[in-house]
Amino acid sequence: MTAGEPPLLAIDALHKQFAVPVLRGIDFTLRAGEIHALMGSNGAGKSTLCNLIAGIHRPDSGNMRLSGQPYQPASLHSAEASGVRMVMQELNLFPTLSIAENLCFNRLGNRAGVINHQALRDSARAALARLNLDELDPDTPVSALGVGKQQLVEIARVLAQPVRLLILDEPTAALTDPQIDQLFGQLDILRSAGIGIIYISHRMSEIQRVADRVSILRDGALIATENADEMDVERMVHLMAGPAMARIPPKTPTTIAATAASNGSATKPGHVVLKIEQLGRQGAFTDINLELRAGEVLGIGGLIGSGRTELLRTLFGADTADTGGIRLAADDFSRLQQLRNPAEAIAAGIGLVVEDRKGQGLLLDKSIALNIGLGQLGTLHNRLGIVNDKAIADNSAEICRQLDIKHDDLQQPVAQLSGGNQQKVLIGRWLLRDLQILLFDEPGRGVDARSKLLIQELIRDLAAQGKAVIVVSSETEELLALADRVVVLSNGRLAGEFTADTVSEQALLEASFRFYTTAGQKVAPPLEIS
Amino acid sequence: MSPSIVGRIRLPWNSLGLVAVLLVLILLFSSLSDYFFSAVTFRTLANQIPTLTVVAVGMTFVLLIAGIDLSVGSVMALCAAVMGVLMADSGWPLVPALLASLLTGLACGSFSGLVSARWAIPSFVVTLGMLEIARGGAYLVTGSETKYLGPAVGRIGEPIAGLGLSPALIGAIVVVALAQFILVKTVFGRYMIAIGTNEEAVRLSGINTVRWKVVVFAIAGVLAALGGVFQLGYLQSADPNAGIGLELSAIAAVVIGGTSLSGGRGSVVNTFLGVLIIAVMQTGLAQLGVSEPGKRIITGLVIIGAVLFDQYREPLGKLLTRRYEPKRGIS
Repeated sequence: MTAGEPPLLAIDALHKQFAVPVLRGIDFTLRAGEIHALMGSNGAGKSTLCNLIAGIHRPDSGNMRLSGQPYQPASLHSAEASGVRMVMQELNLFPTLSIAENLCFNRLGNRAGVINHQALRDSARAALARLNLDELDPDTPVSALGVGKQQLVEIARVLAQPVRLLILDEPTAALTDPQIDQLFGQLDILRSAGIGIIYISHRMSEIQRVADRVSILRDGALIATENADEMDVERMVHLMAGPAMARIPPKTPTTIAATAASNGSATKPGHVVLKIEQLGRQGAFTDINLELRAGEVLGIGGLIGSGRTELLRTLFGADTADTGGIRLAADDFSRLQQLRNPAEAIAAGIGLVVEDRKGQGLLLDKSIALNIGLGQLGTLHNRLGIVNDKAIADNSAEICRQLDIKHDDLQQPVAQLSGGNQQKVLIGRWLLRDLQILLFDEPGRGVDARSKLLIQELIRDLAAQGKAVIVVSSETEELLALADRVVVLSNGRLAGEFTADTVSEQALLEASFRFYTTAGQKVAPPLEIS
Repeated sequence: MSPSIVGRIRLPWNSLGLVAVLLVLILLFSSLSDYFFSAVTFRTLANQIPTLTVVAVGMTFVLLIAGIDLSVGSVMALCAAVMGVLMADSGWPLVPALLASLLTGLACGSFSGLVSARWAIPSFVVTLGMLEIARGGAYLVTGSETKYLGPAVGRIGEPIAGLGLSPALIGAIVVVALAQFILVKTVFGRYMIAIGTNEEAVRLSGINTVRWKVVVFAIAGVLAALGGVFQLGYLQSADPNAGIGLELSAIAAVVIGGTSLSGGRGSVVNTFLGVLIIAVMQTGLAQLGVSEPGKRIITGLVIIGAVLFDQYREPLGKLLTRRYEPKRGIS
């Protein structure tokens, strides 16, 4: 870059706040003809930054300049008009349409709306050729392609339009190694054509391979921008983790013992209640071996998409395992079994508070009482099947009191409650069932700070009562505050186990990235159809 | 009084609205036609209503769980045919033949429910298949001929002396009352509402959603069979061509009654009011000399009007419950 020439993209003091500040004063430059990697742990602000650049959200304050000109995209569309395009993690293709129709979707027909298929095919072939995807027939329906090829077609679709600035969000997540090589070859071509590329990835080896510069984000701030060849894996992890965090405060085992004893619980405190053996699920996680003890909170950390949610769902029988299984204390661990559905899991004493509470947890337009009592309906009725509404209402009222659920009356639809109170309603449903093992998937997501603390206290209380608890969380602070022991999933594999003495944010982060760092170690490749 | 936990109770207001529509229709037809408010009209209605009522009750349950059952008309014809053949050709007495008919309906409904719930196939498709299967079955058992039974089954549709109501009408009203009771008071009713609202959430609460969905379709099958029995009594014959398009009339009645096509919200009593509105309209229009095409056009407009009303009730309801807006926090 010569002194007089403005960079392709210059960002100055960018701020963005949703419920909490997400970006705090980002300064960032992207040069024409460079690949600039963005790195950071979950929630560092990478996606938000890209969404602002791509016009999906608007910043609260700060400036963006594109080739020296003020750049304030009002929408994805206006950003695209300026030549700024993003390839999303989710595929935006029409599976039933052909590759050619997908590539040229916004210019399919002539003025009369009639499609010239020959012209369409030619134009699609040209677009595919630019990505060295000549082997693809433009007439193939997209649904016949594997996920990796679909991802490449998606990139080709974006590149079929004029582009000056390209944002790639985890483009290699679904690709096989030869496809990754293919993509990187294409990125080289784009780079020499003077296109600026922002590249988000967790895979450090890839970043070292393709990126010119690396920027590290942490807690919404840009910590460092350095040349990629001057930055090694250790330094990246160090920058992402930041200063050492407080360690897990030691829990008092006496409380656990005392409570369990006073409950007359059959399981002695600290005894193993669940053994997970070589549990695996295609495309999600593999070879998970864990033991869970009564009275402990086991935290599971790792990056989003590392297989944590899938592991919990499999333990709960919502998804089925492909390999391995679990052993339960109830039958002296004599039987290796796979739970086939949630009902079996509940019978085995396992409950799950799901991550997607609106989509998979709550009946949004139904009452608080029905939502809390849903799991109990099967027991709270007389011989004719008539619901004991009084008992349900009493239990719900008691849960609302215990968990401090702010509400007007029990008939109020849960859709009208705040996120924190909705989460407490969902947790309350499980508390009423008195299960020995409780799984929490991101219990603090979309929840206000006060409810979050209350939920954390509640989880500690459950452990103190002798329950065994697993908590998946993307927030290191939450794991450190809650867990007696933390394991980390990385790319579907267990990448480390930490206790109060050994845990640090740095160590967790290093483990999170472990199985993403070397190419060819993908243990759970996506199914490739074609 | 213990509170219902179904949710905000919108029911009386809806029911009152439907009753008001019904009364307006009766007054309108009475003022336009000298014959409308008469014993003849009542008898016509009493004959028409029972079949549609019980079939529509089954359809209400199916729509509540966000399903649909297109096969009820054919299943009704098949079940009536089974009963007709057993009585006319095999000489079975009324009660065993009636039970065989209900079992046939149970089998058809359970089959549709099992296939659609167990293998997650849209009930629209499975019951479309059952529509063909049951119709074929009806032709098969009757040899494509109408079976005449005569007075042997007539007493199902005849008014009981001194009461003025036929066993069919009484049966239909009992079904309505029982189904409404099941919906509002029992665990099964709550499960239907919950499944129609968010099936995945119900499954992840450890409830066997497949089993309950099968039960719903089985009930719809049995009620279709009962509708067939009632029609058999009224016509005193089993016609393999009976009930063509009945599924659409049933859906129309349910929709006029305000049950949501996307599931999770509905009322059996309102479905019954929907049936009455359709029946009164048909009879009244016929007495006014409106032709069959005219009747159908007007019925169609009423159905669309009812759905429009249903769409606009949601924002209206929000307006009425505004005091429950969240006061703070992320929602």
